Amino acid sequence: MNPTFISAESISRNFAEVKAGMKPKEAVEESNRCLYCYDAPCIKACPTGINIPSFIKKIASGNMKGSARTIMDANPVGATCSRVCPTEELCEGACVLNHSSKPILIGNLQRYATDWAIRNDQSLFAAGKSNGKSVAVIGGGPAGLSAARELARFGFAVTVYEAKEQAGGLDTYGIVSFRLPQDISLWEVEQVRKLGVRIVTNTRVGADISAEQLLERFDAVVLAVGMSKVPMLGIEGESLNGVFDAIDFVESTKASVRADIAGKRVAVIGAGNTAIDAATCSVRLGADRVQIVYRRTSEEMTAYDFEFDFAKRDGVEFRWLTAPVRIIGDGNGGVAAMECVRMRLEEKDGKRHPVPVEGSMFVMEVDAVIKAIGQTRHLPLVEQLGLAHKRGIVTVDNETNRTSDPRVFAAGDVIFGEGQGEAMVVSAAQQGKQAAYAIYKQLVELQEEPT
Amino acid sequence: MADLRINLAGISSPNPFWLASAPPTNTGYQVQRAFEAGWGGAVWKTLGDPIINTSSRFAAVHFNGQRVAGFNNIELITDRPLEVNLKEIAETKKRFPNHAVVVSLMVEPKREKWHEIVKRVEAVGVDGLELNFGCPHGMAERGMGSASGQQPDLVEAQTMWVKEAAQTPVIVKLTPNITDITMTAIAAARGGADAISLINTINSLAGVDLDSWNTIPHVGGKGAHGGYCGPAVKPIALNMVAECARSPHIHIPISGIGGISNWKDAAEFMLMGATGVQICTAAMHHGFRIVEDMIDGLNNYLDDKGLASVSELIGKSVPRYSDWGDLDLNYQVVARIHEDNCIVCNKCHIACEDTSHQCIERLETSDGRSYLKVREEDCVGCNLCAIVCPVEDAITMVEIPSTELPMSWNQRQKAIGSMGQNEAPGAKEAV
Repeated sequence: MNPTFISAESISRNFAEVKAGMKPKEAVEESNRCLYCYDAPCIKACPTGINIPSFIKKIASGNMKGSARTIMDANPVGATCSRVCPTEELCEGACVLNHSSKPILIGNLQRYATDWAIRNDQSLFAAGKSNGKSVAVIGGGPAGLSAARELARFGFAVTVYEAKEQAGGLDTYGIVSFRLPQDISLWEVEQVRKLGVRIVTNTRVGADISAEQLLERFDAVVLAVGMSKVPMLGIEGESLNGVFDAIDFVESTKASVRADIAGKRVAVIGAGNTAIDAATCSVRLGADRVQIVYRRTSEEMTAYDFEFDFAKRDGVEFRWLTAPVRIIGDGNGGVAAMECVRMRLEEKDGKRHPVPVEGSMFVMEVDAVIKAIGQTRHLPLVEQLGLAHKRGIVTVDNETNRTSDPRVFAAGDVIFGEGQGEAMVVSAAQQGKQAAYAIYKQLVELQEEPT
Repeated sequence: MADLRINLAGISSPNPFWLASAPPTNTGYQVQRAFEAGWGGAVWKTLGDPIINTSSRFAAVHFNGQRVAGFNNIELITDRPLEVNLKEIAETKKRFPNHAVVVSLMVEPKREKWHEIVKRVEAVGVDGLELNFGCPHGMAERGMGSASGQQPDLVEAQTMWVKEAAQTPVIVKLTPNITDITMTAIAAARGGADAISLINTINSLAGVDLDSWNTIPHVGGKGAHGGYCGPAVKPIALNMVAECARSPHIHIPISGIGGISNWKDAAEFMLMGATGVQICTAAMHHGFRIVEDMIDGLNNYLDDKGLASVSELIGKSVPRYSDWGDLDLNYQVVARIHEDNCIVCNKCHIACEDTSHQCIERLETSDGRSYLKVREEDCVGCNLCAIVCPVEDAITMVEIPSTELPMSWNQRQKAIGSMGQNEAPGAKEAV
């Protein structure tokens, strides 16, 4: 029998949500432990400003619907965020009980309340009375959904254009199932759709419909297109079978399992959260050995601490100060090995830059290479819309999320980078809200003011 | 969204949540903040001859890490001149015409004193008056508050004096520091009260400091009894409200007070006959913002129950509240332990073994796993095990179909009387 055999059933089990939801007793105890602070620091630490003490108080009082509504009101992807937010850096990190006891498990309580809403099939919001204006949202990820939800509540006719088969973006396709099951994201999509938002899937703006058409047909456009593919490494052997884009790789595990990684030796290039996701996915797909290859050290890695810990617990190995030089084929179009070079960090202009160590080349035997070195930008679309940008990162006003074109607003990963924005789902949600508020102000409020 | 509006003896408010006459309603600033936060009404802190308060006034009882299970105070009525209060009441009512502004009053038990204050207060445009016959400390020693509230004749007479002058509805606030609260409630009704509110605070001493041996609280080393309120008093208040609600001699609306901390408590008081509720301690613990969940939670509850108006709750459980003698002696429940949910802490076993009827057995499976089982034939259905059980759905009390027809103690005695013999027909032997 093949020793590396792993059944589809056990792979599926590996992809079930890792963390169990709180039990009722846990939730009651924890919610009653919350101090219900006034002007609470946890609220300020949440990019979407969820009234955390209020939703926790509602769990304690048994007002579960009210609790879920408080969460989802401030954050249209609050169920997702309860699972993927770096809470120790945000709400839980700000909890006043850090000083005297243990912080309240805000993320888990948020999940408890939103799980209740999902399980009980609750509709939490209603569309606003039509204001006669229409908005196109490009991209149905967290930023786009958040904008669409708020716009619908303001009474706009909203159409979301989504390139993929389903909306939800990163939440639906880009976060590993064992942290975020797809159902959760799809429920959030459904909540938005129920407000009368038209979600046009399998439609890529710029290809299936032009940016120009949108600007003609709609009163405003929200660009929430996220980021694109992982860039090329620019090394030999990159086109071999067995070399994957981490985003595509994670996506391939969301709806079903894949059997081609079982028993394989996998190298993941990069050390961000996507790299961790690709690595832990590989472990759960039955890979024999998974190594993260990163040209800097753990100090510089961008993955969250909890993601790093999670990967280590999954048995992922880390090769710090190591960069790939070329991928070596097996003669049949597949991968046999990866040649790497050791790096050292050199201080320059106050930053530490990785520099190859001469004569340190070595070969790592691998069967698959997953690239997770960031993502490219949707440059053509940004240019079609004629927006000011820096290397594809759309420039926006911080408060209104308005771009250089007053009819176009941008939110989410499309504005992240170059010191602008944040990469978190929760930030994307907030930016989507901001764009919606600014559009409402510009198209409705200011128009209604007496002249 | 259900209709949360209430009308208590002609006083209407957008929701049933009123702030009780207490420190939170001392000033116009506070009451207006409360209305902004969503409170439906407020009973202004008792007006009368302004008093001097002591420094150090409150104390609380914390229970196993939860703060303010009970709350104790020795604060008295308003400490501000009547003119100032009246000016602020007028301002508040003007800003919030749809909210209930009721003013609590306390004067010496003299007819002309009552007439005078009623006229002055009503002149500024209030929605109703509440007579403070309940404050158990300080004012009582001057013949006011609970000193008059403990004497039915004084309650009746003073209510009557107020009604002689009053144009607006008069609510009489009752003290629980009395053997049978329905006696004073009836006296209030006889005096012409339009409604009663209960309960005021219960005589209390919050604690003793084990290092200094001072009372808690103390004023320069001396203490005096205070009034107890907060979550701990809720069952006492709920019973008193229910007793008044089911009394055949009381036909006026009830404003429920006593330990109400959330929408569930409020719904319970309304089911037990209160038309609206008054709240203090929970607001003092958390601020006025708590009303947000009270309104939202009550609304969601009514929606879930398919009720269009909160008024549909009023009194719905009152017919189910009776005397012990009317309870069915043949009704039988037994405890059942669900092994799947049981965490084998053995708390039910020891509670039953030491303090009830010794019917929960500790057993072991053939593979050595411990489990607990109720010997149902010996279970009296006391609920103790289910009460001490720390996990949900591990112990349920299950009704056992009775082989006998329902028979209450009163029915049993009546039957015995009519048969002229000592044997009880069809009822189990009394324990």
